[in-house]
Amino acid sequence: MRRNVSVAAWFVLLAVCIVLPFSSEDSQVLTIAIQTFILTALASSWNIIGGFAGQISLGHAAFFGMGTIITRELWLSGAPLPLSLAAAIVATALFALIIGVPMLRFRGIYFSIGTLALAVAISLTIGNLFPGITSMPVEALRAYTFTDPYFLALGAAVTTVAVAMLLRRSVVGLGMMAVRDDEAAAGAVGVDVLAHKLAAFAISAALAALAGGAFAFFSVSYYPSYPFTAVWSFETILVTFVGGIGTIVGPIAGSAFFVIGRDTIAANFEGFQVIGFGVLFIVVVLLVPGGMVEGAQRIGAWVVKQGQGRKRDVEG
Amino acid sequence: MQLVIQSAISGLLIGGMYGLIALGLALAFGVLKVLNVAHGELVMLGGYVTFFLVAVVGLDPFLSMPLVFVATFGVGVLLYLVLFRFVVRFDIDTRIKNSLLISFGLVLILQALAVTFFTADERAIITDYSTAALTFESIRVPFIRLAGLLVAVALSVGLQQLLDRTTFGHAIKATSEDWALASLAGIDIRRVYLVAFAISAGLAGVAGTLIALGFSVSPSIGLGWTLKALIVVVLAGLGSIRGLIVAGMLLGLAEGLASVWLGGAYREIVALGAFLLVLLVRPQGLFGRRE
Repeated sequence: MRRNVSVAAWFVLLAVCIVLPFSSEDSQVLTIAIQTFILTALASSWNIIGGFAGQISLGHAAFFGMGTIITRELWLSGAPLPLSLAAAIVATALFALIIGVPMLRFRGIYFSIGTLALAVAISLTIGNLFPGITSMPVEALRAYTFTDPYFLALGAAVTTVAVAMLLRRSVVGLGMMAVRDDEAAAGAVGVDVLAHKLAAFAISAALAALAGGAFAFFSVSYYPSYPFTAVWSFETILVTFVGGIGTIVGPIAGSAFFVIGRDTIAANFEGFQVIGFGVLFIVVVLLVPGGMVEGAQRIGAWVVKQGQGRKRDVEG
Repeated sequence: MQLVIQSAISGLLIGGMYGLIALGLALAFGVLKVLNVAHGELVMLGGYVTFFLVAVVGLDPFLSMPLVFVATFGVGVLLYLVLFRFVVRFDIDTRIKNSLLISFGLVLILQALAVTFFTADERAIITDYSTAALTFESIRVPFIRLAGLLVAVALSVGLQQLLDRTTFGHAIKATSEDWALASLAGIDIRRVYLVAFAISAGLAGVAGTLIALGFSVSPSIGLGWTLKALIVVVLAGLGSIRGLIVAGMLLGLAEGLASVWLGGAYREIVALGAFLLVLLVRPQGLFGRRE
């Protein structure tokens, strides 16, 4: 019963997302939706390495950035979009596999610092190598609509969430969570620790590259180093924690809350959106480590308890 | 050849800054077991305090250093009381993870505040002696950067003396070795945490002065310096105070030489490469002892 309700809820959400661009021409609404989808894809992909496998990577922007730059360069030089995207995803996954072998041998804090160093080093290098802004050519701009990037971004979000769902129920996904909860114990019962971490890292990177591809296809002009900047890693981690790390709904809820909230605050109190979310993030880490998902569960449990209490009062 | 020598000298001088910033970072990590990624934002803050002391009050930047230390020490006290006090209640593993995440939030907040109050403009402090330098043929050693290195070395030695020679220093060392035992021995570890964190912030502030003088300040400089400092801390061996300045200078030297041979565009890769290599070969760090 509960399962049917949740399956139905997912389909309603998906249906609303599919219908939205046909019912609204408002470019602001569509922009917010596209940003939410891209962030959802990023957060859900980070959740695989950070939430499932428990390795706090601070370098997710590197994979997102690689996705943007490979897709953009190939696409703007005339390759078909699907091919450019596929190349970006495969190349990024391969890169993650290669760099993952030394990186994932480091535990805890060393892994976090290492991935941060990786991302910042790549970001600065890309800034040095590609100093100029990248813009869509005039003819592409003339034909530009929000609908195409909308569906690519939605597709990226749906794909990422679907992979996370499948992974969570699979043997490989369970292995990742075993590694997260107790590396030594997981190793002792025969889970190949490094292989599971590596799989999580590569899948997570490939999906981040897909999100990057959507960004490259959506954005008219930006500095090529911008998607590589640490802000992207921060926002990804922030929304995952605010939503609920290790859950499926968390990254989606966190992203929607973040993008819509950021826009609302920015419209009313210019400049305070970052401060607001910074404070919120700190409060979540300290007080509600499970994020919005845990908060909702606590409220749900409280409501149920109150309801039972009242029933008892009536009966008594 | 002169280019190589010049790059090596520049690298060594900037490396002193890496070492000084790493000093504060390592102190907080060693004692409180918190990793403060917002350490670079404290450097940025110190840079701005100096900038306004020089621009508004007309103080000499080097004379402003004690004031900057006091100001950022105060910021450290505040941050500890408002935030990190709650982090040190967790067990060690959770402390590291939570402090990392919380200081992430802090990075966002402090950067946004800096943009709001100081604007996003890049600022540098210009003095009468800004361009003065020791010159040997065409090789230049700018005075202010040289002075920066000397200050870094002096602060490092001073901190080491504080830890080795004073009672409070012994309390800090004892707490960083084993806080539970230190607490049983009658050390007020909350006070040790507070002071160690505040000193760490004060050191960041002074580093900010030197960076505003020798380089430049803008709201977004923090993370780049934090990253270099983190790498230096790992290179020297996590938790060790000794050897940080030397490790910083080695990193700066490697970067300087790499920019000659690989071209400036790739110099940032060197830090990453050095980090990976050292960790793979010597997981305990260059100067650390194997546990």
